[in-house]
Amino acid sequence: MISLDNCSKYFHKGSVNEVFALNSISIDIDEGDFISIIGSNGAGKSTLLNSIAGVFMLDSGTINVGNRDVTTWPEYKRAKFISRVFQDPLLGTCPSATIEQNMALAKKRGQWRGFSRGVKAKDRPMFQEKLKMLGLGLENRLQDRVGLLSGGQRQALTMLMATMVRPEVLLLDEHIAALDPKTANQILRLTEEIVGEQELTTLMITHNMKHAIEFGNRLIMLHQGRIISDVAGEEKKSLTVNDLLQKFYDSSEEELVTDAMLLA
Amino acid sequence: MTVYAALGAVEQGLVYGIMVIGVYLTFRILDFPDLTVDGSLPLGASISAVAITNGINPYYSLMFALLGGFVAGMITAILNTKFKILHLLASILTMIALYSINIRIMGGPNIALLGSATVFDAVIAWGIPGQYAGILIFAVFALAVTGFIVWFLKTELGMAILATGDNPRMITSLGVNTHMVIILGVGLSNGLVALSGALIAQNQGAADVGMGIGTIIAGLASVIIGETIFGDNNIARAFVAALLGSIVYRLAIALALGLEFGGFSFSPSDLNLITAVLVVIALIAPNIKKKVVAR
Ligand SMILES: Nc1ncnc2c1ncn2[C@@H]1O[C@H](COP(=O)(O)OP(=O)(O)O)[C@@H](O)[C@H]1O
Ligand SMILES: [Mg+2]
Repeated sequence: MISLDNCSKYFHKGSVNEVFALNSISIDIDEGDFISIIGSNGAGKSTLLNSIAGVFMLDSGTINVGNRDVTTWPEYKRAKFISRVFQDPLLGTCPSATIEQNMALAKKRGQWRGFSRGVKAKDRPMFQEKLKMLGLGLENRLQDRVGLLSGGQRQALTMLMATMVRPEVLLLDEHIAALDPKTANQILRLTEEIVGEQELTTLMITHNMKHAIEFGNRLIMLHQGRIISDVAGEEKKSLTVNDLLQKFYDSSEEELVTDAMLLA
Repeated sequence: MTVYAALGAVEQGLVYGIMVIGVYLTFRILDFPDLTVDGSLPLGASISAVAITNGINPYYSLMFALLGGFVAGMITAILNTKFKILHLLASILTMIALYSINIRIMGGPNIALLGSATVFDAVIAWGIPGQYAGILIFAVFALAVTGFIVWFLKTELGMAILATGDNPRMITSLGVNTHMVIILGVGLSNGLVALSGALIAQNQGAADVGMGIGTIIAGLASVIIGETIFGDNNIARAFVAALLGSIVYRLAIALALGLEFGGFSFSPSDLNLITAVLVVIALIAPNIKKKVVAR
């Protein structure tokens, strides 16, 4: 489904600030895989997802998604089959547009946008039905501006929007990290529900090792731009947080495990 | 202010209102401060005037003007999106280039339309006196343009333009090429500004290369006045407010020009200074208010 071959990415190449963010990463991802991704801050997790989404071009390597070589495709073109949810709830929606306008925008993801009415009356029942699923009462607030919603509500709406047209790949970059624990849990359940129902190929970055273990059929750990661990199937099911910490010690020469890793 | 001066101000407010709608589109909707307008307004005027003096129907000449403005706006937007030149600088470059281009189009710094056909002829032929003919024609055009923009921004494509100004990362992740949207939006904006310039030229009976100086400032002043007085809580309201803001602005200018302090009075050439001061006050007023409230 997705295959990365020898993908490398530098930032500020050639300057004193040079960062080697992705170091020859190769990975094959099967259709329907739900992969959780962990790693310390700055390990390259977001860079990996951004490369797949096409936010920037690689310095070397190739990316295939669903038998298309998308290595040089711009982000908007890949968006036809790749959906994303960002960490910042502000990024996924248009604040000055209403809930229904946002949903109407999402309903046209990757399609031609012409001169027919942006929000169509015939779509409203579908919008409401989807919103009902959230259990947040948003189905009665179609004409409210999204800027009025809380972070959690916006993130829930973003999840719906990202999957309104079924994507081939769903990329989640710490999409619950900015939320309070209760809301974070709700969004995580929602994620599980939608991913399960639509059988989406999903990559989810999380800084929570328990979540990484609980969710998905495969787990990869990144460190300094490399995949240092890749576990799937039965082995993943039996993982513990201690196993993960051990793996981290083993594969990295560094003695120091960051607070972020330990606290998670 | 005499009734005559007030009528003149309303007329100006309406025709420049078309420009203001263009400015609203870039400045507020696309978040793209665009100085191209100082060049595209006289561009529209030149194209229309030259077309008319070459025997082209004055209505058709408006279409050419609109198209010319559209291309000018597209060039600014392409410089910005494809070549990564800062939007302000890109628009200044186009504006400066247009100065030369406009003189080329007219074959000189200005061109007179005396005795030529204009869009006002038909209305005057109905027996409507000259000073009302302008208001009538401009009102029709201004309302049509406002209606069109409000309709357009509610279409699928229009909503993509709104979203591009509001949250470009989000709309990119929904598959929209924001570069194309910006090129289209800035093009449309300058098309409207050029249309406004063409109508002004036909009304004044001349096109002049210097007539565009201060367009952006007048546009911004009108936008801000409109928002402040009439509000902007939905698209239709925001654009009607911009149009009304243009009328209020021209009335305020007419009023200021009529003032006398002892021996001193403003002359028309002080207009840009007055407007610049007005815009500065309008821009810093919200900050001052915030600071006062914060305490
Ligand atoms: N746009 C960018 N410009 C410069 N450096 C970047 C950029 N994005 C990421 N980096 C750097 O690349 C490295 C990996 O970052 P990132 O992928 O965001 O890590 P994380 O695993 O925390 O998501 C970090 O050192 C970061 O500072
Ligand atoms: Mg990150």
